[in-house]
Amino acid sequence: MDVLMLSRLQFAAATFFHFLFVPLTLGLSILIAIMETIYVRTGDEEYRRMAKFWGKIFLVNFAVGVVTGITLEFQFGTNWSRYSRYVGDIFGSLLAIEATLAFFLESTFLAVWVFGWKRLSPRLHCACIWLVAFASSLSALWIIIANAWMQHPVGYVLRNGRAEMSDFMAVVTQPFAIQQYFHTVSGAYILSGFVVMGISAYHLLRRQHTTFFTKSFRLALGFALIFSVAEVVQGHIHGAEVAKIQPTKLAAMESLWDTQAGAPMWLLLIPDQEGERNLVEFGRIPDALSLLAYHSPKAVVKGLKDFPKGDRPPVALTFISFRLMVGLGFLFVLLTVVGWFKRRKLESSPGYLKVMLYAIPLPYLALEAGWIVTEVGRQPWIVYGLMRTSDAVSPIAASQVGVTLAAFILVYSLLGAVAFYLMVKIARQGPEPAPAVANSGEVAS
Amino acid sequence: MMLPTIWFVLWGVLWAVYFMLDGFDLGLGTLMPFLAKDDTDRRVIYRTMGPFWDGNEVWLITAGGVTFAAFPTTYAVMFSGLYSALMLILFALILRGVSMVFRGEVDDPRWRRLWDTGLFLGSFLPALLFGVAFANLFKGIPIDAEGIFQGNLLTLLNPYGLAGGILFVLLFLVHGSLWLAVKTHGDLHRRAAHLAATTWPALLGMAVIFLVATKRWTTLFDNYAAQPVLLIIPVVAVAALIAMRAFIKRAQWWKAWFASSATIVGITLFGVVGLFPDLLKSSLNPAYSLTAFNSASSPLTLKIMLGVALTFVPLVIAYQVWVHFLFKGKVSPEDVAPEEDY
Ligand code: HDD
Ligand code: HEM
Ligand code: HEM
Repeated sequence: MDVLMLSRLQFAAATFFHFLFVPLTLGLSILIAIMETIYVRTGDEEYRRMAKFWGKIFLVNFAVGVVTGITLEFQFGTNWSRYSRYVGDIFGSLLAIEATLAFFLESTFLAVWVFGWKRLSPRLHCACIWLVAFASSLSALWIIIANAWMQHPVGYVLRNGRAEMSDFMAVVTQPFAIQQYFHTVSGAYILSGFVVMGISAYHLLRRQHTTFFTKSFRLALGFALIFSVAEVVQGHIHGAEVAKIQPTKLAAMESLWDTQAGAPMWLLLIPDQEGERNLVEFGRIPDALSLLAYHSPKAVVKGLKDFPKGDRPPVALTFISFRLMVGLGFLFVLLTVVGWFKRRKLESSPGYLKVMLYAIPLPYLALEAGWIVTEVGRQPWIVYGLMRTSDAVSPIAASQVGVTLAAFILVYSLLGAVAFYLMVKIARQGPEPAPAVANSGEVAS
Repeated sequence: MMLPTIWFVLWGVLWAVYFMLDGFDLGLGTLMPFLAKDDTDRRVIYRTMGPFWDGNEVWLITAGGVTFAAFPTTYAVMFSGLYSALMLILFALILRGVSMVFRGEVDDPRWRRLWDTGLFLGSFLPALLFGVAFANLFKGIPIDAEGIFQGNLLTLLNPYGLAGGILFVLLFLVHGSLWLAVKTHGDLHRRAAHLAATTWPALLGMAVIFLVATKRWTTLFDNYAAQPVLLIIPVVAVAALIAMRAFIKRAQWWKAWFASSATIVGITLFGVVGLFPDLLKSSLNPAYSLTAFNSASSPLTLKIMLGVALTFVPLVIAYQVWVHFLFKGKVSPEDVAPEEDY
């Protein structure tokens, strides 16, 4: 394999792994902050124990999120040096801003939260976790602005043999970044809701700590319900935006080969990239694609054949991932709506609880599939329309990348296994026992 | 002219601050196997860096991010050129980070030993490799006209690079033991103080060797010959090094720690200022070197970044200092009793 392929694999492995941990950080920090706020407001000890219990899981997750993020920060230089040189003027500043504004805040105040239970007043302590939640959302915002710029470069001029910033505000406020941000963050909130519901379901099925986990479940349910609905609605708007700025990606997402007015949608099909057609097509919905993408049933949608072969992304992977994500998106709405009607009788709904326990991996799948659509669908461009991935790679030896790729896979598999083991262990153990009454003043000291 | 120069200085300062802050964590991780007698000692050592290490590490991320933002070409060439060394550092830092968190999660001696080893490797290797990398930057590395590195990991392990590595390890060892002396009492405190006192002569010796080698193998002193006022930087570094010894003798641990901080910052800045305007000196041909001027971002980007840095870095410093006040005082074995553990 050549450097390009190896570097792509390595980057994909590293970001995928990073993004297994990022979404839980994004959403769980907010849920914990809500729990602790309820504790501070009402003085109900149970909510303090909730914040601590979910906080433990959060910490293990956060640690892996952090260490895998650091490698990413440097990978642009190590593996994509030509890219870094070409767009660093814009892209580099966004990463640096992310670190300065968000990472400091996040790591510093998380440490204060962990070690500060006795040193801070409950209010200040609660403020710390809100700061962590705020900072992680902020970090997501900046990294997504950077990614959105690669999807849809704006606010630049080509000068001195590279892309230079010409309009910072245009880069920061571009609508595509906003869409991507809300979409990714809502997805992360769904995931966190499902993780909390799933773990709570585990204990409820065993009838242990029932009030504790009923409260956790209901809180997470409300959260996940809101964002599951929002995600579907907003995902549709997001898709329309993709149709505008990356027509090749849209065509790949739907595996549409021929340009046509009133383009249909198929529920299922098997794309054949070489033959420029679909092998099997099933479940045709007439005009649906035109309607969804352009809000008009007879709008013209460009097919893949209208783009040079060298400009088309891998169709099958993009298509399947998109279908998977959308399908799961509807499933999440269904599951949370059903949950809403069962929210007062969770303990007597073992079937539903079981489903929710086994649903934990699904949002992970949806999120990773979403990134595949976005990133693989952007190929062969690293910056859409501006720079090709093949021109972006570092001039280094394939053997070097081969070795580190192997190391990444090995180290990350071990890391993933240990993190998974620990989170499962903590989750199963359940919360610390309720303290004797005399202890309740402890945090206030 | 002005903006790239400002950013060159900020770049150097960021790295210096990173070494100063994370230096004590890396030092503590390195010395733990030699200093800790039992599990309580180890827990105390973990606890002395617990609230700080992650915030310290972000200075590295920022230093990397700023290299990318202000000098993209340097970022590209430096990190792809030092590929293997950097990857090794990153893997080591991964190990350190997870060791900190994973260790306490399972109550089993073998489990803890595993992560203690992780902490050691994850602290010692970065300390060594950062030293090797920076010494090589001071000396210049073989990059060609295209900015392609014409060497391998062994190229970096030349005598001067290794001297830099050893110097960094010793600096961080002393820095870490002083931190521990500040943060503990009793027997552990005495051992930490003793370690600082006994490592100090080695550090002094290494610093002298490094200065002489710098004179012999690098052109860093050229800038100082041209602008003698700049000599204040190495002079302060050496003065701080000497002062450290005096403070150690008088058992003034905070002052000794600050002197050690000044030494680290001084040595880093000594090299960086000597490099100016080169960020990445080519040992093949000076014309291939990447400088603050030929590798800088556009003035607009530099201006925006300056605005961001001047607004937010003071804020970061303010709250990080606040955290140090919040967690001031010594860590005692009662603080790390299991029920206090998170
Ligand atoms: C800020 C930029 C950025 C962000 C936030 C992401 N990516 Fe990305 N991605 C890139 C910047 C990038 C890149 C540098 O542009 C790559 C490297 C090679 C390429 O073509 O694009 C890339 C490639 C790339 C590939 C390989 C595509 C291919 O080569 O066929 C995958 C699968 C992902 N990414 C997945 C992700 C995931 C799971 C992310 C979630 C965190 C993610 N990306 C965030
Ligand atoms: C490929 C581009 C990315 C890079 C270079 C990157 C870089 C980093 C770095 C250096 C850290 C460690 C920060 C610390 O020490 O606190 C980190 C953590 C984090 N990143 Fe990323 N990141 C990327 C993608 C993303 C995306 C797409 C998101 C969100 C949507 C995200 C959200 C976060 C969050 C929330 C954390 C906090 C730690 C955790 O995950 O638990 N990152 N990232
Ligand atoms: C059912 C409705 C959904 C629709 C119509 C939809 C639509 C889209 C579209 C069009 C993209 C590609 C954007 C691009 O190429 O830049 C995308 C990306 C993505 N999707 Fe979805 N999505 C849906 C549900 C979900 C769900 C439920 C999740 C996760 C829980 C999710 C997570 C993601 C992620 C992480 C990305 C990549 C980031 C981004 O580009 O925004 N999506 N989605």
